[in-house]
Amino acid sequence: MISLIHRYARAAVAACVLLAGAASANPVESTLANGLRVIVREDHRAPTVVAMVWYRAGSIDEVNGTTGVAHVLEHMMFKGTKTVPPGEYSRIIAAAGGRDNAMTSRDFTAYHAQLHKSQLELALRLEADRMANLQLTDEEFTKEIKVVMEERRLRTDDRANALLFEQLMSAALTANPYRTPVIGWMDDLVNMKPQDARDWYNTWYAPNNAVLVVVGDVVPKEVFALAQKYFGPVAMKTLPVRKPQLEPVQTAQRRVIVKAPAELPSVLMVWPVPVIRDPATDREPYALEVLGGILDGNGAARLPSKLVREDKIATSVGASYDSTVRGPGLFYLSGTPVAGRSASDIELALKRELQRVAEEGVSEEELKRVKAQVMAAQVFQRDSMFFQGMQIGTLEMAGISHKTVDLQLERLRSVTAPEVQAVARKYFNDDRLTVATLDPQPLSAVKPAAPSAGVRHAQ
Amino acid sequence: MRSKSLMTVFACVSALLAAVPAWAQLPIQSWQTKSGAKVVFVEARGLPMLDLSVDFAAGAAYDTRDKAGLAAFTQGMLRAGAGKLSEDDISRRMADVGAQFGGRLDTDRAGLTLRTLTSQPELEQALTVFTTVLQQPAFPADVLARDQTRTIGAIREALTKPETILSRTLYPLMYGTHPYGFPSSGDPETVAALTRNDLVAFYQRHYTARRATVAMIGDLTRAQAEAIAERVTAGLPAGAGTGSIPVVTPPLTGATREIAHPASQSHVGLGMPVLKRDDPDYFPLFVGNYVLGGGGFASRISDEVRQKRGLAYSAFSYFAPLQQAGPFMLGLQTRKDQAAEALAVVRATLEGFVKSGPTEDELVRAKQNIIGGFPLRIDSNRKILDNLAVIGFYNLPLTYLEDFVAAVDKTTTAQIRDAFTRRVDPARLITVVVGGDEARTAAAR
Repeated sequence: MISLIHRYARAAVAACVLLAGAASANPVESTLANGLRVIVREDHRAPTVVAMVWYRAGSIDEVNGTTGVAHVLEHMMFKGTKTVPPGEYSRIIAAAGGRDNAMTSRDFTAYHAQLHKSQLELALRLEADRMANLQLTDEEFTKEIKVVMEERRLRTDDRANALLFEQLMSAALTANPYRTPVIGWMDDLVNMKPQDARDWYNTWYAPNNAVLVVVGDVVPKEVFALAQKYFGPVAMKTLPVRKPQLEPVQTAQRRVIVKAPAELPSVLMVWPVPVIRDPATDREPYALEVLGGILDGNGAARLPSKLVREDKIATSVGASYDSTVRGPGLFYLSGTPVAGRSASDIELALKRELQRVAEEGVSEEELKRVKAQVMAAQVFQRDSMFFQGMQIGTLEMAGISHKTVDLQLERLRSVTAPEVQAVARKYFNDDRLTVATLDPQPLSAVKPAAPSAGVRHAQ
Repeated sequence: MRSKSLMTVFACVSALLAAVPAWAQLPIQSWQTKSGAKVVFVEARGLPMLDLSVDFAAGAAYDTRDKAGLAAFTQGMLRAGAGKLSEDDISRRMADVGAQFGGRLDTDRAGLTLRTLTSQPELEQALTVFTTVLQQPAFPADVLARDQTRTIGAIREALTKPETILSRTLYPLMYGTHPYGFPSSGDPETVAALTRNDLVAFYQRHYTARRATVAMIGDLTRAQAEAIAERVTAGLPAGAGTGSIPVVTPPLTGATREIAHPASQSHVGLGMPVLKRDDPDYFPLFVGNYVLGGGGFASRISDEVRQKRGLAYSAFSYFAPLQQAGPFMLGLQTRKDQAAEALAVVRATLEGFVKSGPTEDELVRAKQNIIGGFPLRIDSNRKILDNLAVIGFYNLPLTYLEDFVAAVDKTTTAQIRDAFTRRVDPARLITVVVGGDEARTAAAR
């Protein structure tokens, strides 16, 4: 399960990610009077259900000085309501045979429980309760903020590649909040106050800023009735106006270097590109998805095939692009050289592969292969209720209706080789590029190692 | 996210197979191929797809210390060329039909997995490539050399990470010279020394049909499944194959190691060899561990370390049952100056649990989760395939899932206390702290 969804970290199966699971017109939707949208997808293959509440409140909605508050609130949502004591939510779900978790991304915060279908009502009752009645005490906050700081240490501060990504984003973007890490800057976490979390909750946790997604062995009208029963009484709120916060045009290449303990260097590159705003009329985002697939979407894709297997200069390479996001569109390339090769060798090789698409285009065979992946992944995804729910939720959070999934699939299949070549030509010039390079530091050079005299040996 | 560590997730996947209420029996079919491979199959008509795995008793435990990494390399190189297919041919042909082709290597097992559409020509093309790779691996020398370089780089990279240093210190201390203590990816030196002949010999010895388990779930009739099982195992090396995993001799005393590291957190791990797949104490230990440290936020370790004190994002315990005694592990990561405190909390929690066992109420909640959560363990083809592969490989009864529920349900607090007292002696745990509390270490000096 993904906690902080760092989009870059997702394998760049671009096209597949977008489309997997489309298929039927089965999801049905209803909206409560308080603005809560309820989307139900029937899947009767097993007697289970996943219930997810998605809030359109992610790190993109944060302001400076309180970065990370969306994620901190996610943690606090398990710390009790007027009627459920701290920690009890998870105990109740566990005792019902369920599994629960939550995730925060740039675009959203989502809570989910997977259970036997007979326990759906319990899950919805508890979710509705914490949508309206969270008790955010100073005592619980003081303990939990420490947990979040440990999470940041574990997942970012002590991980060279996470630091690299964090620095890349803050160099590539200047105005848009996508530039700050989802988990927040450590200093903002250190200085965060319980009231910051309360303000966040009071501002964004409202039925009219949420989508309830239920996938499983259920009857939609029964789910709608349960949703009405438990979420219906929750009052709607007036939401703040969301500003576009568009990036100023980048005029020259940007570079950043990170020094951290590691053995091998690595390089991360990003260019601004468009994303889907109108699924029916946009063309370029679909071409970019296919480009991502041709570069790194399958075992035969160009980057691993050429740089890892044929030229033997990289231990790993990647391409990543997500066309359905709230913020700016970003197309990433990444690579780690084999010992004896440098980050700049990989940087040049990655750019050369883009150049090759721009100059020579792509083959019909490659295009067909990417589309075959998409079509198969669409079937495979239906094996998992959870991922079906994820697809609906992430699209809705990006402001794109889940009802356009089939349309998007059709558009993707209509992408032509010249369209792929055209986006490769148009968007990947050096003046729009930001590069982050990891300069690996030997462990001993980072800090003097503790002397072995201090080590206690048993036996 | 506020979740369990990957290790915990892995432990759950491998450690429990869960229980079957009467309303949810899984119709598992099993038979043997003419070549001697065991087959476990579930017919699932819901989606036009097939999940298939073929595993061999060829995991990292079949390595020798001077060739650590050989099992992993053999498995990894299967897809590097086979029959007349080059590495790129294999990738392309699978990708052309949208198939997902993967490998599996763990301590006991090694094998290949395939997910494909069951429509034609997709199924036929995917199976043709799968079968060729399984039965005619070429182990081309140039690809071997390339991947040795890559792997050595990856190992050196991993050796800078506290979690890798932790496991590569802890496992040899727990297992001594037993292969469960070897690093499965090998050392730079042992990987550098591997030759093509080593891989060929390992494959011939261990990838025989009689050491194979075929697991399948998907949109197939029994007759189709039988034909596929025959096909993917027919050309495997003949004979019984050789190699078995020796009995584990657990260490007589505990030990503690602290290793300096510049990371901001200490990584703390404790462990000892305990549990075999067919161990008579399996259920008391498994159910008891849910209460101790396996039940996520509902567990005592998480409650003491995380919820009450905010000391760590993840704190857990698990049993990883293997063919021979697999490890009982506890772990957490915390800011360096808190490492001693967190370790003391984990130790005290464990000691209290071993001494007194769970309360009746805790046991009820554990059973509610394990039994009530059973449907979630078999609600997708992917999950069922993983269960089938384990049932087949470890020769568990086909009623294992049903038996599991009954066994969990019958477990008592007295049995748990008794099993933990006999099997988990906290004084014999191996403790490793990577990136210890430097102030404390300096003071001790």
